[in-house]
Amino acid sequence: MRVEAAVPGAKIDVVPNPGPANQPSLLIDNEHAIRIARFLRVDPALRLDFCSNVTGVDWLDRTVKKTVKVKKMIDGEEKEVNETTEEKIQGYLEAVYHLYSMTHKHGPVIIRMRTAGRTDGARLPSLTPVWRSAEFQEREIFDLYGIRFDDHPDLRRILMWDEFDDRPMRKDYREPDDYEWEPTPHDEVLEKAKRHYPSRPELDGAEKITAGSDASNR
Amino acid sequence: MSEQIDERLRSELQHQGVWVTSMQELYNWGRKNSIWPLQFGLACCAIEMIATAASRYDIARFGGEVFRPSPRQADLMIVAGTVTKKMAPQIVRLYNQMADPKYVIAMGACAISGGPFKQGYNVLKGIDRYIPVDVYIPGCPPRPEALLHAFMELQRKIDEQKLTGTNKAQFLKPEQPSEFPVPKFGKHDLEPPANPDVFHPPEIERA
Repeated sequence: MRVEAAVPGAKIDVVPNPGPANQPSLLIDNEHAIRIARFLRVDPALRLDFCSNVTGVDWLDRTVKKTVKVKKMIDGEEKEVNETTEEKIQGYLEAVYHLYSMTHKHGPVIIRMRTAGRTDGARLPSLTPVWRSAEFQEREIFDLYGIRFDDHPDLRRILMWDEFDDRPMRKDYREPDDYEWEPTPHDEVLEKAKRHYPSRPELDGAEKITAGSDASNR
Repeated sequence: MSEQIDERLRSELQHQGVWVTSMQELYNWGRKNSIWPLQFGLACCAIEMIATAASRYDIARFGGEVFRPSPRQADLMIVAGTVTKKMAPQIVRLYNQMADPKYVIAMGACAISGGPFKQGYNVLKGIDRYIPVDVYIPGCPPRPEALLHAFMELQRKIDEQKLTGTNKAQFLKPEQPSEFPVPKFGKHDLEPPANPDVFHPPEIERA
């Protein structure tokens, strides 16, 4: 690949997207990220001069099951057997950049960077020196996910106040317990509602025998 | 006092060209027809508020066209839009800086309850937990007519305020606070999450 030629030592993996959008992205290594980014920006054939969107993703620890058909000798006969392997993938935080070219009117090219772990010390190189438009969005990722961007000109919280301690978009975020009554709770809110308002005791039919019940009205 | 004179007699006198009124009526009449709102908006509701102030809906017909950019010169705070937890202390501070008598209209679902963001982490679940609200307008956003209706309701409320007696208007009672504590930014939420002196949510009872 031309990028690898331009930036020696750069590691680039293609991350396929099996969804209907079918938009594969490039996973770039953090060490060479800034040089790769600069190459993508200045290369005359690419000229990805517009960074439209930067976002964060929180990936939890997960296990990936792979099923492979393997030929095995069983009782002297060759048979095809499904073999399942489990691979544990440690969780990480990810920053995703969507790049377009205003000059050539092409795009998007999606690049990703991954942190080593999900702890608060997670760091990534900032691409703000390459694309100025990434500044606020990297601040937003710092605010909501807690990724620290090295060489960012002004890394502060942008949406929440400075005294705020949590990272609200992380999957391990626990919000303050301030549930209020909701007329039509559903999903997660329903779970909260059940916790705050215990369900009614079992109805035993006695509630139907009250003064002025339905029967007398009809 | 309007209680001290018979309504029919008053009407009769008016027909004869004699206008009988009271200090209270005159005072309330003057105030309700010249309400100066504070000029600020928080979200999409502000667009409707601007439309209400513009020529088509024309809040000037009700005497509310003088939007003031300074809280020192305003009587009415229209909380138009989503109050985020980051913005809430500033709203309370603006309210504290307004001179008495002052009124609050909570405009739209977000300002009255947090609206679609109620279950989120960064939106206040209603401005009424820090400052007293006079008129609530539901809607997302409420139409300009709804804001005009709220404005007329507020005028009706001002018209009924008493200048003397035990049930005189809130701002005439020196022991009643006209400023409320500004919430602090906490580590996980605003501190306190609501002012118990102002915020009295209804108890939920299950039948």
